Amino acid sequence: MSIVLILFCVLSAVTLATAFLTIFSKNPIHSAIYLVICFFSIAGHYLLMNSQFLAIVHVIVYSGAIMILFLFTIMLMNLNKENEVHKPRITRLGAIVSFCLICFVLILIFINSNPIVGEYITTGEDFQSIKVLGKVLLNEYMVPFEYASILLLVAMIGTVLLSKKEKLEK
Amino acid sequence: MNNILNQIGIENYIFLCVILFCIGVFGVLYRRNAIIVFMSIEIMLNAVNLLFVAFSTYHQDAQGQIFVFFSMAVAAAEVAVGLAILVSIFRNSGTIDVANLKNLKG
Repeated sequence: MSIVLILFCVLSAVTLATAFLTIFSKNPIHSAIYLVICFFSIAGHYLLMNSQFLAIVHVIVYSGAIMILFLFTIMLMNLNKENEVHKPRITRLGAIVSFCLICFVLILIFINSNPIVGEYITTGEDFQSIKVLGKVLLNEYMVPFEYASILLLVAMIGTVLLSKKEKLEK
Repeated sequence: MNNILNQIGIENYIFLCVILFCIGVFGVLYRRNAIIVFMSIEIMLNAVNLLFVAFSTYHQDAQGQIFVFFSMAVAAAEVAVGLAILVSIFRNSGTIDVANLKNLKG
């Protein structure tokens, strides 16, 4: 076993374990912390595939922005006590059964379709540094890039409008 | 720099992403806390992003990574709006239990 494969196995184990713990932990703050660890291990996967810029953006956006948003919302709602009622047992059982079934079906589809995995080519040219990504983003994907900025602007306005306190009717 | 997938194999990444996606689906079905449901949706989005990057490495092409950037932007917008909606739901009804949100049932 090469060292890369061992690294991949460790990272995958961390990812899956923390994803499960996110769902199973009672306290929402613990869930958020486990989710941060999960995101960091996914950034590790990106680094393993040598896409440094994407890994850094992932850490900044997910572990930085989104998780802070989650943590602040949890604190705002004062949810850090463990008073959640569970779903009825039949629903939970159904969730577990459907989880196993979806996993089983998706993996079996992949195995039975016998995909032809060709040689792993190496073109040798750089395709995932900031320079190349920026060129592709601003040449071929110019219009979607602008639309993404409009989307973020609209989301910001919508968030401000939604979380504004409504005026009391007289 | 040789292709890293020589040593790992694209199949392992596909299995990992399938299981991660299913964990997300499981979280949506299993929990009643709306914030945890949101976190499960994030897990699903991340599984798909990871598969995009794996295939971008497989084809040695940058387009997959561009797609991941766009899905990250959409995810950020989605989380911001969703959490604002959750806060206003909490203000109105005092709970974010998804089982209690059935006012539209009629």
